Amino acid sequence: MTKAEIVEMIYERVGFSKKESAELVETVFEVIKDALVAGEKVKFSGFGNFVVRQKNARKGRNPQTGEEIQLEARRVLTFKPSLVLKNALNQ
Amino acid sequence: MTKSDLIERVAARLPHISKKDTEIVVNTIFDSMTEALRRSDRIEIRGFGSFQVKIREAREGRNPKTGEEVKIPAKRTPFFKVGKELKERIDATGRAKREAEARMREQSEAGSAENV
Repeated sequence: MTKAEIVEMIYERVGFSKKESAELVETVFEVIKDALVAGEKVKFSGFGNFVVRQKNARKGRNPQTGEEIQLEARRVLTFKPSLVLKNALNQ
Repeated sequence: MTKSDLIERVAARLPHISKKDTEIVVNTIFDSMTEALRRSDRIEIRGFGSFQVKIREAREGRNPKTGEEVKIPAKRTPFFKVGKELKERIDATGRAKREAEARMREQSEAGSAENV
């Protein structure tokens, strides 16, 4: 499923014009992204939580060559699916 | 940010669309994403990331309290992979903050050195 298919579904099910449907879907993801970039936790009950985590610098290893490399401190986005979603996938 | 905060913020950015309608749209998006994952359909949202259902194989586990062996059945689990653009934006604000802190430290060290 792509963003275009979600737009199509909004257009068919909710009755907005194609332009409005695209604008709405685009804005929903823009608002989510802006919150995450600002470091906010994003919690959607029944779906899951998106959390930005700070990873400390550590020594790593290139799994192919075995060479030691320095991994820099960074911020990463993690997703934890809700129990409701996990259960829905296993019914 | 919760789902209701999301609805508020989207409605604030689109003054020509009512909050009620925004709420319907947000719920439809999440419902359709859940439905797609139930069908084991991969979801790709350009600029955000992708969701994919993977199968966790059945395995033998142990009840940590009683030590009793239990069979854990195979499970379908959703995985999220952040898109390149968002990944870079998230790390960039973190990096900018770290660099600003490093500069502050250097400056205060330089300042205290001058005072000696």
